[in-house]
Amino acid sequence: MAQLLPHKDVVIMGLGWTGSILAQELTDAGLNVVAIERGPWRDTATDFNIGYMPDELRFAVRKDLFLQPALEAMTMRNDVSQTALPMRDYSSFLPGSGVGGAGVHWNGFNWRFFPNEFETKTHLTKRYGAKKIAELQLEDWGVTYDELEQSYDRFEYVCGTSGKAGNLKGQIIEGGNPFEGPRSREYPLPPLKMPYTSTMFSQAAKELGFHPFPLPASNMSKPYVNSLGVAMGECTYCGYCERFGCANYSKAAPQTTILPVLMKKANFEVRTECEVLKVNLRPDGKTAKSVTYVDAAGREFEQPGDIILLCGYGLMNVRMMLLSGIGHPYDPGTGKGQVGRNYCYQTQGSAARLFYEGKHFNPFVGSGALSSGLDDFNSDVFDHGPLDFVGGANVSCGTSNGRPIGNRPTPPGTPRWGNAWKKATAETYQNATAVGAQGSSYPVRGNYLDLDPTYKDRHGRPLLRITFDFPDNDLRMSHYLSQQLAKIGKAMNPKQMVVSQAAKGWNSVPYQTTHNTGGATMGAKPDTSAVNKFLQSWDVSNVFVLGASAFQQNEGRNPTGTVGALAYWAAQAIRERYLKQPGALVPA
Amino acid sequence: MKQWVLAFLAVTAAATSARAADAPASPGRYQAVLGDCEGCHTAPGGKPFAGGTVLETPFGKIVSPNITSDRDTGIGSWSENDFRRAVKEGLSPNGKRLYPAMPYPAYAMIPDADITALWRYMKTVAPVRHDVQSNLLPFPFNIRTGMALWNWLNFKPGSFAPTEGKSAEWNRGAYLVTGPGHCGACHTPKTLLGADRAAALTGASLQGWFAPEITSAQPRGIGGWSATDIVTYLKTGWSSHGVASGPMAEVVEHSTSQMADTDLTAIAVYLKDRPASQNIVVPAVARNDPALQSGAKLYQNNCVGCHGADGKGEHLIFPPLAGNAVLMQASAENPIRIVLAGAQSVSTKAAPTSPSMPSFAWKLSDAEIADLLTYVRNSWGNSSPPVAAESVTKIRASLRGGS
Repeated sequence: MAQLLPHKDVVIMGLGWTGSILAQELTDAGLNVVAIERGPWRDTATDFNIGYMPDELRFAVRKDLFLQPALEAMTMRNDVSQTALPMRDYSSFLPGSGVGGAGVHWNGFNWRFFPNEFETKTHLTKRYGAKKIAELQLEDWGVTYDELEQSYDRFEYVCGTSGKAGNLKGQIIEGGNPFEGPRSREYPLPPLKMPYTSTMFSQAAKELGFHPFPLPASNMSKPYVNSLGVAMGECTYCGYCERFGCANYSKAAPQTTILPVLMKKANFEVRTECEVLKVNLRPDGKTAKSVTYVDAAGREFEQPGDIILLCGYGLMNVRMMLLSGIGHPYDPGTGKGQVGRNYCYQTQGSAARLFYEGKHFNPFVGSGALSSGLDDFNSDVFDHGPLDFVGGANVSCGTSNGRPIGNRPTPPGTPRWGNAWKKATAETYQNATAVGAQGSSYPVRGNYLDLDPTYKDRHGRPLLRITFDFPDNDLRMSHYLSQQLAKIGKAMNPKQMVVSQAAKGWNSVPYQTTHNTGGATMGAKPDTSAVNKFLQSWDVSNVFVLGASAFQQNEGRNPTGTVGALAYWAAQAIRERYLKQPGALVPA
Repeated sequence: MKQWVLAFLAVTAAATSARAADAPASPGRYQAVLGDCEGCHTAPGGKPFAGGTVLETPFGKIVSPNITSDRDTGIGSWSENDFRRAVKEGLSPNGKRLYPAMPYPAYAMIPDADITALWRYMKTVAPVRHDVQSNLLPFPFNIRTGMALWNWLNFKPGSFAPTEGKSAEWNRGAYLVTGPGHCGACHTPKTLLGADRAAALTGASLQGWFAPEITSAQPRGIGGWSATDIVTYLKTGWSSHGVASGPMAEVVEHSTSQMADTDLTAIAVYLKDRPASQNIVVPAVARNDPALQSGAKLYQNNCVGCHGADGKGEHLIFPPLAGNAVLMQASAENPIRIVLAGAQSVSTKAAPTSPSMPSFAWKLSDAEIADLLTYVRNSWGNSSPPVAAESVTKIRASLRGGS
C-alpha cells in the first residue's frame, strides 16, 4: 500500500533539461514543485571529476552515465509481422539516467528547426501537391516558429550557445546559416575556434557554391554568465563531451545552467532514485490526481499534485502515458489513436570518409559540437520537385574527439587486427576525417510505439515496444545526400574516399544516434496528436508531456534546441494561461 | 482583455514572491545578519537557528545550541534580560557559563537597543524541537565554572568606544569587525587559553582551516585589495584576488552577503587601515628548483584546464591563483586541504554558481601535492615559502580522521 504524501502544486517526472526548465519557471511563479527522478543525484565536482572524467573505457565504452537495461529495457522489431525482442543492451541509442538526464551526456548541438518544419504537411502540400507526401503521415505541429522564437532565444541564452546568426530579424548575415528562420538577436557567444578539418570543409563547400557556417554549440567559446547569473567556463577542447559529463563547466547541462539556482529554492525539492510507476487518474479519467512512485528501498508512495509534468526521455513519457491510460493508444492497422503515433528516429547512414597523407588533423583537439556545416541539402531548402523524396540533412565536418579506444580510423582493406592494423591505425590517426549527413526521419503509418505484450520490467509493467524501420522516402533521401557528400569530399582532395548511405533494416546494435522522437506528438487536432500546442494532454488536462516525444517528425538536425524551446513555451503557457484557469487550454 | 488580465495576475504573483525574498531585513533580523548568528546556530541542511553545528576547538567539540523559541529545547522560556546576558556576558539563565566559542567578548559591544531588536526578531523565529547536547568537551574543559577564571583573565566587558580622529565610516567598520562581526574569532591568533593575542587579524589556524591575515599586509593581507574589491568579495564571495570557500563561505552566505553596502564599505575602510604583521615579501623559490619544475608539470596535467596557464582562472567560475592572498599565507594549510579534499565556493544571490573543485587526494601523492603547491605559491608573481611533503601528510591524516 502506497503511503500518501502531502500535496504539491506540481509533480515532475524526471529532472533533465525539461524538468529543470519547468521547475525553474514554475517555482518562479510561486508554486511548490517536487521532481521525482529515477536515477542518482549528480554534480560536476563529485560525478564529473576532472581527475577521472576522461576515462573512455568507463564512460564511453561501458556507458557509466546511461540508463541500464536492468532498470528499464525496451523491445524492438522492424515491422508488425515480426515478434519484438528485448534489447539486451542500449546501443543504437543511449537514454540518459539521473539528474541532468541526456543533458549531461549530449554533445551540445543547439539548433532551431526551420519555420516550415513546424508546418511540414501544409508547406510540402502547397509546394509539391498532396501526392508527393502520400506515403508519409506528416502533420503540422499546431505551433509556429514565430510563436517559439522567444522560447528558442531563452534556451540559447540559458545554455550559452556559441554560433553565428545567419538571419537577424530577416536580414541575412554573412558567415551564418542563410537558410535559418529569423532570430531576434545574435548568439550569446561567438563560434568556437574551428579545427583544420572544418576549415578545409568550409573552403571546399564555398568553392562549390554552398553556404557553410559554424554549427551552433552549447560548448562555451568564452567564459559565460547565463541569464540566471550562473557562470560557465571556457571550453578546453578536451574531446570528452558526448557520453561524458563536462568536468570543466564548459558544456551546457542542467547542472551548469539551472540547478545551481533551482536547488537553492525553498519551494523546490528533488527526490532521486525514485521511480514513477504510474500517473493516477481521477475516476472520470479527465484529470490526474497523483503519481505513484517507488524509492530505492522499495517503498511505495503516492504523491498528489495539481499539475503533473512528464519530463522523462521522450520514449519514457510515451510509455508512462500508455501505462497510465492517458490518451488513446495508436493502432497502425487502423491509423487511429494517438499515443505511440509518428515515432521517428534519425537517418544517419550517409557519410564520406576521407583519408589523407601527411596531414595533422589533431583530432584530440575536439569539442562536442565543434563542426562546420551547411544546410544547402537540408529540409526544403532545395527543390524536391525533380527528386523522389522529401526531407534532407545537415552536412557537416568537424572534430568532436580523438579518443584512443573509439577513434581508430583505418582505410578500407586494412586487416581487423595484427601488425598491419596497428601500422594503419597509427598512420591514419592524424590523416582521417569525414563529412557526415544527419538526415531527417519522416513518419509513416507502420513506425510506432506501444506496450510489449510479452516482456515486463522489474515492477511487472510491460516494456515499451519500438516498431521501426527506415522509410523508403528517407532511404532515397540518404542516397541523394551521399551523392552530395561525394562531391564535397572530392573537392577536399583526399587520397582515398569511402562513401556510405543508410540501408533498410534498422539494427539496434551499432550506435547511430539518441534522437528518438514522436509518440506523444503535438498538434492542432486531437485525432492526430496526443498533446495540444501547449504540450497539454488532450485527454487529461492537468498532464503536460514535454520533450522530443512531441515532435511530429524529426528533422536533419539535433533535437535538443527544440526540446528546450518547447519546454519554455509550455512553461509560459502554464504560467500565463493554465494557472489562472485550469483546464483545457485548447478546446478539443 | 481576459487574457491580458490573466497575464497581469501571473506577473504580479511572480513579482510578489520575488519581493518576499528580497524584502529588506527588519532591524532585528539585520542584527542577526551582522552577528552571523546563523553561521553557527543553523546547521547545514538544518532548520534556521535550531543548532547542531559541531565546532572543533583546540579544547574539544562544542555543539551550537538550539536558539529557536521552542520552550523545552530552545530559548522560548527566556526573558529579554536572560537573552541580553547570554549574548553580551556569556551567562545562561540557569547560571551556566557559556564557552567563548559563543563570541560574547565581541558581542559585549552591541548596544542594548540592538539586542532588544534582535530579541524581538528571535521571538518570530519558528520554534523547532531539537535537543542539542552542547558540551562535548573532555575533562577539565567540560567544567563550565572554569570559565569564571577565564573571564577574569580575558574578558573585559565594555561598550564600543569610537576612536577620535577617525571618520564615522572607519569607526562603524571598527565596531562591525570587532563587535558583532567578530572577525577576530577566526582571524586573530589565540593564546594557549584561547583568548585573542595582541596581533589582531593577522591570521590563525582553526577547525582545520587557516583564516588568513586580513590587515593591510601585502601580499598576505588585503593591502593590495581596493575597498571595492573587499566589498565585492564580502557581498558575492568573489573577487579578482580570491574566492570564499570553507568556513568563510558560510560567513559570506549567512552574514556579509546580506549586509548593507555602506556597512561593507565601512568594514573595508577599517580593515585596510589595520597594521600588518609584516610586509616582507618572502623570496620566491628559484625557477630551477626541482620542486618547482616537478610542480609545473603537475600543474599542466591537473590544473591548467580551469585555472589557466596564467593562473588567472575565470571570473565567477574558476578562482584566480595569481595574486591569491590565501595561497600566500605563511601556512599552506588551506591550499593543501583544498587540493586533498576539494572545496566549494559560496553561493550568493549575485554569484549563484557555487562551482566546486574536486578532490585530488586519490590521485596525487603527498610529495606531488607539495611540489604542485610550491609551484603555485611561487608563480605568476606569487611568492611564499616552499611546501613540505610532511605538511601534506599531516593534513591528509587529519582529514582521514574526519576532523
